[in-house]
Amino acid sequence: MATIVAPLQHSPVEDAEVIRKACEGWGTNEKALISVLAHRYPHQRLEIRKAYQDRYHEDLIRCLESELRGDFERALYRWILDPADRDAVLANVALKNGKVDYRVIIEVSCTRTPEEFLAVKRAYMARYKHSLEEDVACHTTGDLRKLLVALVGVYRYDGDEINAKLAASEAEILHHAIKENEFNHEEIVRIVSTRSKTQLLATINRYKDTHDISITKTLAGNRENVLVDSLRAAIRCLTDKGKYFEKVLRNALNKSGTDEDDLTRVIVTRAEKDLRQIKDLYYKRNSVPVEQAVAKETHGHYEEFLLALLGN
Amino acid sequence: MALPVEHEALTKAFSGFGVNEKLFISELGRWHSEQRKVFRKRSEQFFIEDERGFERWDHHHVALLEREFLRFKTTLVLWTMHPWERDAGLANEALINGPQSYGVLIEIACTRSSEELLGARRAYHSLFDLSIEEDVASQVDGPERKLLVALVSAYRYEGPSVKEEVAKAEAKILYNAIKNGVSKKPSEDDEVVRILSTRSKLHLKTLFHYYKEISGHNIVVDFDVDMYLKQTVECMYAPQTYFSQVLDAALRDDADEAAKRALIRVIVTRAEVDMKEIKEVYCKLYGVSLSETIEAKAHGNFKDFLLALVEKGQSD
Repeated sequence: MATIVAPLQHSPVEDAEVIRKACEGWGTNEKALISVLAHRYPHQRLEIRKAYQDRYHEDLIRCLESELRGDFERALYRWILDPADRDAVLANVALKNGKVDYRVIIEVSCTRTPEEFLAVKRAYMARYKHSLEEDVACHTTGDLRKLLVALVGVYRYDGDEINAKLAASEAEILHHAIKENEFNHEEIVRIVSTRSKTQLLATINRYKDTHDISITKTLAGNRENVLVDSLRAAIRCLTDKGKYFEKVLRNALNKSGTDEDDLTRVIVTRAEKDLRQIKDLYYKRNSVPVEQAVAKETHGHYEEFLLALLGN
Repeated sequence: MALPVEHEALTKAFSGFGVNEKLFISELGRWHSEQRKVFRKRSEQFFIEDERGFERWDHHHVALLEREFLRFKTTLVLWTMHPWERDAGLANEALINGPQSYGVLIEIACTRSSEELLGARRAYHSLFDLSIEEDVASQVDGPERKLLVALVSAYRYEGPSVKEEVAKAEAKILYNAIKNGVSKKPSEDDEVVRILSTRSKLHLKTLFHYYKEISGHNIVVDFDVDMYLKQTVECMYAPQTYFSQVLDAALRDDADEAAKRALIRVIVTRAEVDMKEIKEVYCKLYGVSLSETIEAKAHGNFKDFLLALVEKGQSD
């Protein structure tokens, strides 16, 4: 469930005016920006952008870019974008910043529904004049490339059909490959990158039933190995994304030096989806509400904005 | 009793496409039992002399006759089908038929637009409760799996933007892959698969142009070493030439059933796309019009229907 608190009715024109006023003159009224933007659903934000364009002949995003600096700006910018566009930007940033942040590519391709991800790919092409597959393929190499290209290329079956026999046989294939430390085995990539989420979940469950240990735990030992880490992340994103995101939040807030990129990304991309469940999981795991951790580790308008998205 | 004509018509039904319904109605339908008996006695390849004193239809030829009667129906059903369902069905059929039919997968993946291929993938979900990439990945065993999965998964950019330097550099990569073809099979080369399966068609057209500058040959000529790669490149570089060749193979006297089915597939799937261009290329390559060849090799309703589809391009 979503966490953001937004009114059912709003006036895009009034909102646009508030934002304009907040950006005028010296400095910016970040509080006003947060009070409007953090409390609007995607379609409402789209209307505000349109109203702003109509009235002031400027893209709202450009106006904000010039006014804000730092973590708050980045978070707000990501937030304002339409979800598919946002994911496209996240994927592009993950590819183009020197070292590829494969976790972002895996998150975007594996936690969105097949239709949502299709929209992301279209948005990516519109923005960057290349397909996401092209860019992932030419910015990665070797085994990681094989996995990532497959993950972004797939258009998974999204039905509920499960083939139990297949789940059993493919659980064995996975088990065997992992036992032999053949993490780059084509069959692992094939199963993880082509099977439907329902089928994959059945396979993972069968694996656990047969071998008394979850596949992700089996893969946990090899964190430095990029390929193993990616496989693990992909499987978790595909079969239990709530727990996956809880962990990203936990790590982002725990590490000496908060990882704002990860923190922003999880909160901004899940606020309209399942941040409520993620919050519950966080509380269960860490015995403190995530808002408390966020308040401790962040400050200023960035903190206010994140807390607003978390439902406060 | 004009027996030889009917005999010839029936014989023709097993060597060409479709059956001459009108002739059967006008002639065979009017025979009395004595004429039919003579027919059975004289048609040794269709009727076997049974030990208990009667001429028996050879089952194999009945089956062949059935198949020829069905061609019209198959064409009709395929023609009225939504293109997505059609492509999904053709892809699935190709997978089931095995390696000799994998070319159909390449054909569909490379000659359809991005949205058409996506539509086919959607229909595949509905028809088979699986994604096409799942099915291809789990059914294809050999080294061609990598290429085939990549091609059916493609959702290519279709805009006008092309980076010339990148196209040039990638042309060089392909050229080197072919040169080193002895030590490493080009179809298993990750870079070759990456380029051919992810780049936009416009990018690839530019790339092929640079390739010719580097190698001196058309890429289709150089990629002759690998059947699947060759077809991939043919479909992207000159689809109408590819289709003309498929049609020619289907209309030859020694064509097997798989090649024959390609006739229906190509005509139905291209009738409203680029049939006009295909006809032009066919004529240039073989010195005779496609319609003429169909007229000579096919019969009856099936022939008329095919010609109607082929000629559709004319009036548009």
